[in-house]
Amino acid sequence: MSFTQTLAKRIGYGLLLLIGVLILNFTLISIAPGDVADSIAGDMGGADVTVIEEIRERYGLNQPFHIQLWRYVSGVARLDLGFSYFYNTPVTSLILEKLPATLLLVFSSQILAIVLGTLLGVLAAKKPNGIVSLLVTFLSLFGFAAPVFWSGILLIIAFVSIFPLFPVGGMTDVTVEGGWFIQLLDLLHHLFLPMITLASIYLALYSRLARASMLEVLGADYIRTARAKGLPQRAVLYKHALKNALGPLVTVAGLQFSAVMSGAVVVETVFSWPGLGTLALQSILARDTPTIMGILFFSSFVVIVVNILTDITLRLIDPRIKTG
Amino acid sequence: MANSTPNHSASDAASDEIKVSHPFAEMVSMFFRNYAAVAGLLLLIAIILFVFVGPYFHPTDPFEMVWAPFSKPMEEGFVLGTDYLGRDLLAAMMVGGQVSMAIGLSAALISLFIGVTVGAFAGYYGGFIEEALMRFTEFFQVLPTLLFSMVIVALFGASLLTVTLAIGVVSWTAVARVTRSEFLRIRELEYVAAARSGSASDWYLIFKVILPNALPPIIVQANLMVGSAILFEAALSFLGLSDPNVMSWGQVIGSNRPYILDSGFTVAIPGFAIFLTVLAISLIGDGLNDALNPKLRQR
Repeated sequence: MSFTQTLAKRIGYGLLLLIGVLILNFTLISIAPGDVADSIAGDMGGADVTVIEEIRERYGLNQPFHIQLWRYVSGVARLDLGFSYFYNTPVTSLILEKLPATLLLVFSSQILAIVLGTLLGVLAAKKPNGIVSLLVTFLSLFGFAAPVFWSGILLIIAFVSIFPLFPVGGMTDVTVEGGWFIQLLDLLHHLFLPMITLASIYLALYSRLARASMLEVLGADYIRTARAKGLPQRAVLYKHALKNALGPLVTVAGLQFSAVMSGAVVVETVFSWPGLGTLALQSILARDTPTIMGILFFSSFVVIVVNILTDITLRLIDPRIKTG
Repeated sequence: MANSTPNHSASDAASDEIKVSHPFAEMVSMFFRNYAAVAGLLLLIAIILFVFVGPYFHPTDPFEMVWAPFSKPMEEGFVLGTDYLGRDLLAAMMVGGQVSMAIGLSAALISLFIGVTVGAFAGYYGGFIEEALMRFTEFFQVLPTLLFSMVIVALFGASLLTVTLAIGVVSWTAVARVTRSEFLRIRELEYVAAARSGSASDWYLIFKVILPNALPPIIVQANLMVGSAILFEAALSFLGLSDPNVMSWGQVIGSNRPYILDSGFTVAIPGFAIFLTVLAISLIGDGLNDALNPKLRQR
């Protein structure tokens, strides 16, 4: 199968998964006790039966299940995720407004974790019983066992309370004035702690994986050949071995992405980062179902896109891979 | 991955040896030779004793206000101090730990049940059934787990049962994959063919012949799952999505969180308890992995 055919198949399959996500969300919400009308009535401090019926009429809640589902799915196809009664805004624009903050946090922490993790893994594989190997082992134990909100809070206590180097939360400081460069510095200043927190879990995972994968590759015949023909250590490690050791790392990074989105929810809450996670928590607490469904849909969408990108990356790294 | 090259040399060498001990005894001795795993086991036993036996020695009600809020540890007669409502933090650590551990264990059992069932049927039957079940698994992998369980808890109410179910229902995919790949490997082996030729039923082959032999990696995975379920519960209650009438470690962190800049210990201590517990479990997991899958030890 050619590359484009595989890609087309992956995209088609991704679309099917998305429709599945929509149907599941919708079903869950309709079998749950209470509906949007009850929530609105609750916010109004109680309402008359006729008023509740009116609300149901307006939101189409008195229609049969399959008609409501069809209306929702066809709306989503037109990029219309419904209307948030809590924020009084269309859900799509609400999500698009918060999405960049989440993507910035998620991608920056993933890039940091992958680059630093690979580097640590390579250094550890160079000396399997050396000090870096020990560090990688400790990191991987810590990264798995430490609750992400706890490490975030410890960082806040350390770098906000004891050594006031970083802001407590948020994404920008309104009192900061200046050109785009100063604004960018301010953004990075705010990004630093949440990024480190989210990266810490995955740094542990990737460094351990990179170490194991490098150790396996370094035992291969072609590495011995490269050494035998007199290539310097650096060329062997970074050009010959690393390129072949990256495959498992990229695969796992892709598979982990939905967990990363989950981690972002917690990290955003700890640092009041104004992204999708904070929005999700607020809308869940307010029982704002259109927004909740929209966020679930959008984050699954991002995960699927990242999975497809992972496939493409794998093929670029390793031309031997034929089909997904 | 499933069809990794069988390691003939190791098994041949083992059969040449004269002294052969029971595999289980060998596994136990292998486990106890791993100091980190033994340390993890001792740590876990200590935590279990603290959580379940501790309240007999320290019978304070964790919900009762006993002193002024934010009394620092060891300063005014409270070993771990008091929380934002002036409740004894030591008592909260004990009682909260019971809930965290119980939810961790039962949620892991639920995901184990779902994962093993899906993986076993997929790996045993193959073909269309496998395709359908693995697509189903992939579908659950795409959903961001924490968000999804947040939605379940929010929709169906925050009780112990819904929280446990929500965690169990979203975290079974890894077990399903492991089980499937083990089944794919084992179903081709000779003893399965032998049992099949004795006209054993599918049910018998799946649960009596293949599953017991597929258990080692599943046990390792299940052990890790208890750890991640504890973390999961902590995250949910930290976000405020747990039963407010039930104390757990995560809930203590979540409720004291607004005051971290003044008294960090109310958050640092329960977080450290979760950290130690999950650390102990994962150390045991590494040890189990080495003891149950000796072939993978070189990795």
